[in-house]
Amino acid sequence: MTMPKVINLPLTDKDIAELRTGDNVLLNGLIYAARDAAHKKMAAALDQGQPLPFALQGQAIYYMGPTPSRPGYPIGAAGPTSSYRMDIYAPRLIAAGLKGMIGKGQRTPPVLEAIKKYQAVYFGAIGGAGALISRSIVQAEIIAYPELGAEAVRKLAVENFPATVINDIYGGDLYREGKAKYRIAV
Amino acid sequence: MRDIEARAVTETVARLFLEANYHLTDDVLSALKNAEKTEESPAGKEVLRQIIRNAGIAAERQIPLCQDCGAAVVFLEMGQDAHIVGGDLTAAVNEGVRQAYDQGYLRKSMVTQPFSNRINTNDNTPAIIYEEIVAGDKLKITVVPKGGGAENMSRLIMLTPSAGRQGIIDNVLKTVDDAGSNPCPPVIVGVGIGGTAEKAMLLAKKALLRKVGEHNADPEAAELEKELLQKINALGIGPMGYGGRTTALAVNVEVFPVHIAGMPLAVNLNCHSSRHKEAIL
Repeated sequence: MTMPKVINLPLTDKDIAELRTGDNVLLNGLIYAARDAAHKKMAAALDQGQPLPFALQGQAIYYMGPTPSRPGYPIGAAGPTSSYRMDIYAPRLIAAGLKGMIGKGQRTPPVLEAIKKYQAVYFGAIGGAGALISRSIVQAEIIAYPELGAEAVRKLAVENFPATVINDIYGGDLYREGKAKYRIAV
Repeated sequence: MRDIEARAVTETVARLFLEANYHLTDDVLSALKNAEKTEESPAGKEVLRQIIRNAGIAAERQIPLCQDCGAAVVFLEMGQDAHIVGGDLTAAVNEGVRQAYDQGYLRKSMVTQPFSNRINTNDNTPAIIYEEIVAGDKLKITVVPKGGGAENMSRLIMLTPSAGRQGIIDNVLKTVDDAGSNPCPPVIVGVGIGGTAEKAMLLAKKALLRKVGEHNADPEAAELEKELLQKINALGIGPMGYGGRTTALAVNVEVFPVHIAGMPLAVNLNCHSSRHKEAIL
């Protein structure tokens, strides 16, 4: 494992240009949690010319819906959900200024093209490590769609949030490259 | 006839869902530890380390292993000489789910109407319940908090007899390969072969309940499990899809006789956070 790169959010074009598939990073600053239902609402807001719950420029969205927090903790278990379900919305958000996505699982070609075209990055977090990841989230606040419960949009303050670069702006893809490296013909 | 209190069903269901969500079972944990030792990919090894650490933190802090605390799947094996008293069995199960998800800080992931309103029921009910009548006077309860990411990668393929054993291998491999990182590998692969469409899928789901490392008692099915596991782990997907030798911890095959025209194949995947607990009342 390579030494992780410490990244202070929001992401700059310079940060993104330096990231390569397979890099381990520690994210610091603010990220926004949103998953299926929130994406549907955000897309509807864009359709109607309404403002989004947060300005997208330079920001990162974490595909995640947490468990309720126990008293004394900012959040419950908070691991990533599968990203492909957001692929129908993601290119539009990237075109509007979104720079980072954190999730798990392979993306579809339109998202990969948008990542290259608009200089964005897709990070993978470890699915099923919700308890571990929760320790990197120091503050959480619902900022939109509270009626969605676990799917509400949350602003999260993160400290050394561990992630891995899956797709960089150069066309790199950790899932494709990792699999090719360890595949044995049978 | 032996009486079983509905209240005891509720208490047991609630307790099992809490235990399942906070504590990874010993068989899975030891399989992960073995994989961490043998995994050749540095990235894959690191993922396994983090998953093992996660299990420790979850148990210590009583925080769910995964934010996806699942749909509440419940298997009931009801002895034909047992009798539920003091309430309705289905209601008792749902009340147990409600209590566990509410009091245990578990995520409620069930929504009402699938293709329109999708309003969260806010207590993770209704449970998905399968009842079976068996011999005896006891009630065996198995709870399975089943995560959506792995469930979405399930497949039912209505193979026909000419596909044979090779057809099964090819389709299971394709299912796991296409799923990639989505079901949170290393996965446990449940395979149901035979019966009818719904029977095959139920067999695949039940196959996930078996302990990691145990094989089907039938030598032919056990041989198929071993071959599938070896071939799945040659796919290269690895832990979380970052590349590696550990894509599956186990392949569990369940088989049932079948109509002369068919050979249904169902594949139900479970993430590494393979959660299930059982108790007998």
